[in-house]
Amino acid sequence: AAGWGADPQLQRFIEVETQKQRFQQLVHQMTELCWEKCMDKPGPKLDSRAETCFVNCVERFIDTSQFILNRLEQTQKSKSAFSESLSD
Amino acid sequence: MESGFGSDFGSDFGSGGGGGGKLDPGLIMEQVKVQIAVANAQELLQRMTDKCFRKCIGKPGGSLDNSEQKCIAMCMDRYMDSWNTVSRAYNSRLQRERANM
Repeated sequence: AAGWGADPQLQRFIEVETQKQRFQQLVHQMTELCWEKCMDKPGPKLDSRAETCFVNCVERFIDTSQFILNRLEQTQKSKSAFSESLSD
Repeated sequence: MESGFGSDFGSDFGSGGGGGGKLDPGLIMEQVKVQIAVANAQELLQRMTDKCFRKCIGKPGGSLDNSEQKCIAMCMDRYMDSWNTVSRAYNSRLQRERANM
């Protein structure tokens, strides 16, 4: 029964689909978020001002996410001596 | 991390699945693809309905009137445009970061 469990083709498939799904999920999330920031009244077409706003919104959202990650990492590092003494 | 997910999923399924019968990986892949597509469509539908309801329905009246329907139709198209713009922007960001690594 473990035979196909290790099927490399299936494993590869799941890795790729998981990755794609993560991408899609974040696109859903950012579209919703940026819609609030960039869309006033939906017009007959997406004007260039709104389009620029969406692109900037995506870029700054990712920047924010990375900034927070970096800062948390940094604060963890500077606290590591302290937390080590706590966990021991 | 990702390979961990893949192998866990595989072995769980393999040991739990119907008594020794061979499951066709190709069939499973097809089913998973369909399920993912359905889930994505539902996700889009739900968020789109939420956003366009907020934009287009000021005070809910006795029926969905003509101007509200027009607004919703336009809103749906713009939401799709926005989704595609975000997808493209995110994709190009990923590409740039990959090139810088």
